[in-house]
Amino acid sequence: MPRQDGSVAAGERPAETGEPVWRYAPAPESRDIVSIDPEYGLFVAGEFRPAADGGTFGTINPATEELLARVAVAGQADVDAAVAAARSAYQQVWGPMPGSERAKYLYRIARQLQERAREFAVLESLDNGKPIKESRDVDIPLAAAHFFYYAGWADKLEHAGFGPDPRPLGVAGQVIPWNFPLLMAAWKLAPALAAGNTCVLKPAETTPLTALLLAQVCQEAGLPPGVLNVLTGAGDTGAALVSHPGVNKVAFTGSTEVGKEIARAVAGTDKKLTLELGGKAANIVFDDAPVEQAVEGIVSGIFFNQGHVCCAGSRLLVQESVAEVVVERLQRRLTTLRLGDPLDKNTDIGAINSRQQLDKIGELTKAGEAEGARRWSPPCQLPDRGYWFPPTVFTGVAQSHRIAREEIFGPVLSVLTFRTPEEAVAKANNTPYGLSAGIWTDKGSRILWLAQQLRAGVIWANTYNRFDPASPFGGYQESGYGREGGRHGLAAYLNV
Amino acid sequence: MSVGIESITQSAPERWAFEPGDVATSDAALRQVLHGLPGVDQVGATQRAAGLATRSIKKGAKLQALDMAISMVDLTTLEGADTPGKVGAMCAKARQPDPSDRSVPPVAAVCVYPDLVGVAKEAVAGSGIAVASVATAFPSGRASLAVKLADVHEAVSAGADEVDMVIDRGAFLAGRYGQVYAEIRAVREACGPAHLKVILETAELATLDNVARASWLAMLAGADFIKTSTGKVTPAATPPTALVMLAAVRDFEQTAGRRVGVKVAGGIRTAKDAIRYLVLVNEIAGPAWLTAKLFRIGASTLLNDLLMQRSKQLTGQYAGADYFTLD
Repeated sequence: MPRQDGSVAAGERPAETGEPVWRYAPAPESRDIVSIDPEYGLFVAGEFRPAADGGTFGTINPATEELLARVAVAGQADVDAAVAAARSAYQQVWGPMPGSERAKYLYRIARQLQERAREFAVLESLDNGKPIKESRDVDIPLAAAHFFYYAGWADKLEHAGFGPDPRPLGVAGQVIPWNFPLLMAAWKLAPALAAGNTCVLKPAETTPLTALLLAQVCQEAGLPPGVLNVLTGAGDTGAALVSHPGVNKVAFTGSTEVGKEIARAVAGTDKKLTLELGGKAANIVFDDAPVEQAVEGIVSGIFFNQGHVCCAGSRLLVQESVAEVVVERLQRRLTTLRLGDPLDKNTDIGAINSRQQLDKIGELTKAGEAEGARRWSPPCQLPDRGYWFPPTVFTGVAQSHRIAREEIFGPVLSVLTFRTPEEAVAKANNTPYGLSAGIWTDKGSRILWLAQQLRAGVIWANTYNRFDPASPFGGYQESGYGREGGRHGLAAYLNV
Repeated sequence: MSVGIESITQSAPERWAFEPGDVATSDAALRQVLHGLPGVDQVGATQRAAGLATRSIKKGAKLQALDMAISMVDLTTLEGADTPGKVGAMCAKARQPDPSDRSVPPVAAVCVYPDLVGVAKEAVAGSGIAVASVATAFPSGRASLAVKLADVHEAVSAGADEVDMVIDRGAFLAGRYGQVYAEIRAVREACGPAHLKVILETAELATLDNVARASWLAMLAGADFIKTSTGKVTPAATPPTALVMLAAVRDFEQTAGRRVGVKVAGGIRTAKDAIRYLVLVNEIAGPAWLTAKLFRIGASTLLNDLLMQRSKQLTGQYAGADYFTLD
């Protein structure tokens, strides 16, 4: 019996034709839940207002290249105004307020994030290109969890191990990236506000919308004006913010290149600085690993969020004796990944966030081929419009290849092999970065030994890309300094 | 995959067949093979199953899934109170699940105790529906091999097309893999042309490592299907367990060149759950397993929910429970 939409009944299936027996029908999440304004202003002193010089820029949906909204570009005058509003709120309201009162606001924001989770998730997927299943199941719940977690600390700071009465720093200038727009905002804002600081947040220019919706939520939650200010714009806005003399604390998540510029800009001032930068993490698979789950870990390590993850497991270090089996299983698994409409609930791989990032991924993968690594992607139809890149695996990669050294920040895995645990450590550590690493083995003792040897801020054992607000996160070397999350994350926002 | 399995399975003449008494079937040799399988990480397997449970199956894909699920049901009654009347009614339902809609496919099989196989066989005659019978001192498996084989003979001589045997979990947990293997082989022979489903009773095996090992043991001994549970012990089928078994049949085909089926049984009561298992089959074992020849769902109350959701999908509204027959 032929059906609408072309599916066939069970008894009438073509047997063994190689055709998929059962196609999942499109299951798009409705975007009606979100109303996007044509234009957004800056959020300063509790109100939305246009930029002083009237400048705007467009933010697009990377899956379709459709313009979503125009957003104000904050200039120097706007940065001055936002920092002044934050200063005044710090001195008059937020700084003197008892921690238990600050906590009430943070709990209220956390609950609002939960209640409006679907709205935030759809908006995040529209503006960023990430699959709705990730924004729905990871980004938004974790963002709410961070607010809940730090709300709990707000009236217990004297028990955090930083002395009897740790003081906030003042005004925090926070610049965040485009890969987890709302989640990174939560990572920055929740501890800062819990500790009694006020904030000026600069979201990335390609993904400003959820930060602006968060500002609206804060406004509705009655957060006193000036406690949170959101300045949209590009690199110039961020540079003006971090070098502003009225800022006491600078927190940045993003590329190592920009991180270095920021470090130079704040050098010689009394600003406190934390940087969370790039990575080229090793995901190390031993011959005794639970192989089926290791393959899942490799997939979530590098293809989660299209590989736009600073702690992505972009280098697979697999023991040579099982390399062939692991790669074969990985390839079979990758043929089941579903790439396409980020709003479809069954999509595993969404769009690349921007043309610029797509070009960068393209350039580095070309270099990988030119250097002699073998490139493989599953059969995969890319949509005609928007920015897309197929899941890609390079085998035969050597430490000397660019794709083993440089952060690609895309769905591209470099596979290297090792023979002994010592060689695995040497290769894993042989990178200027040091943000994260993964270990896959059934031997507990080996996990503990490796965790001591690896120079990485976060080490996952038999799992990958798992986050919890109670767990500190941060890097070594060119991956930055300072920790976010957990009790350690408070230290970045207290005068300790 | 461990070298041990490959060499054993490939050197054996019928790939999976090796005679009871072979050195390869000693406890020690089987332990080498089974403990050489890659470990299963419980947290990772559970996480993967939970991830696949979020697949959203809508519209035509849902209707197709409901029809597939109906055609994969082993409609089951395994009660002490079973009577010829009860079994007859269930068989009528199996032939024509929804009297108001003739386009509903029949189920794959009916599943009863051995003494009721004759009744069931007569009731489904001419319909293409198979009669499955549990055997080997179901559900506990606590009887001598002679008693278990007599149980199987009774079922098969009464006309059972499929035999659902239970493994000796006590022997498995005690490490007497050779005994479990030999029992499955003996039952396999006693089955003659009947298909053999081997029930692992995964709740009693407790760990996913054990589930993988028992799956391989059953497949090496010649099982046509591996089945999660009797339905008499909780938890019965669970998504992580099914995931491990589906990965095992997929890997077994790669190594031994033979496709073994999977049956999930017990505790599957809603269409939503059934569709989640179909997603697991599709994405773990692969689409080749999406057929009643290679995947079954052992259930009783599930069928009415499948019918209700099917009619909702076709008409856009839910019919009341009284529009579906209770048998």
